[in-house]
Amino acid sequence: MKFGIVVFPGSNCDFDAYRAIKDLKIGDVQYLWHGESSLGGCDVIILPGGFSYGDYLRSGAIARFSPIMKSVLGFARKGGTVIGVCNGFQILLEAGLLPGAMRKNLGLRFVCKDIYLKVENRDLKFTRRCPGDTYLKMPVAHSEGNYFADQATIEELTETNRIVFRYCDQQGNINEQANPNGSLHNIAGIVNREGNVLGLMPHPERACEMILGSSDGRYLFESVAEG
Amino acid sequence: MTKYRAKIEVKFKPGVLDPQGETIKNALVNLNYRQIEAISTGKLFWIDLEAKSAKEARESVREMADKLLANPVIENFEVEINK
Repeated sequence: MKFGIVVFPGSNCDFDAYRAIKDLKIGDVQYLWHGESSLGGCDVIILPGGFSYGDYLRSGAIARFSPIMKSVLGFARKGGTVIGVCNGFQILLEAGLLPGAMRKNLGLRFVCKDIYLKVENRDLKFTRRCPGDTYLKMPVAHSEGNYFADQATIEELTETNRIVFRYCDQQGNINEQANPNGSLHNIAGIVNREGNVLGLMPHPERACEMILGSSDGRYLFESVAEG
Repeated sequence: MTKYRAKIEVKFKPGVLDPQGETIKNALVNLNYRQIEAISTGKLFWIDLEAKSAKEARESVREMADKLLANPVIENFEVEINK
């Protein structure tokens, strides 16, 4: 399996993602420059975290018009696997591959800390290796992760089991204290209707080895690598 | 072709939480401006452009706002065209 990591001007988790995939030995990995339009025959496209185009205007708003995003849109619409992490998630929202939008964090601060995630849907290609009895620990690092969608969209996401990750505490309780940014219903990650495009604010690529405090992020990459 | 200046005001849709507006409101209330009921924040853009008519200028600016300047999920916009 070949992973492609898109590099935008201002991406800063591209190397982390590259290293995570290399170290987990789950496939080949290559960078894809935003100004190109070729996806290099990759099976999985990762839009990494960072501050693409300086977060000017709105996070992800300008990156979505990069030449490579045309190819990513076509790839996703044909069922190709796409993962957007943090800024990558914001780009997927701006591009309309996932519903909703991000607002500034409720506390207006950049939040950088470890959080816990409850995996609400373990039947997806992104989550099938996640253990059912524990909550995933990984870091968040963002100032616009306050997920918003209108009531009808939230209902649709809930009914179709597409809210994949919610912020919870260490015991798995989903409450206000465990919500780092004010996100509606503690939403941390969602998937599209077809189940091939995932967006999440927390950083699994920064949680793939114990020296970093957690290796729970590997479940996501190992799930995807199963094909 | 005539030169126009377009002013585009982007603001949050009603019902969308505006954490910056809330914080600024609290600060002003703390400064004793207790008459304040609500504050919302937004963005202003000025675009200088050439068009055949004010109508054409308005149409192209609306398209730009729809595509990029505003996010229709959470924001509305208003366009004003001046010579």
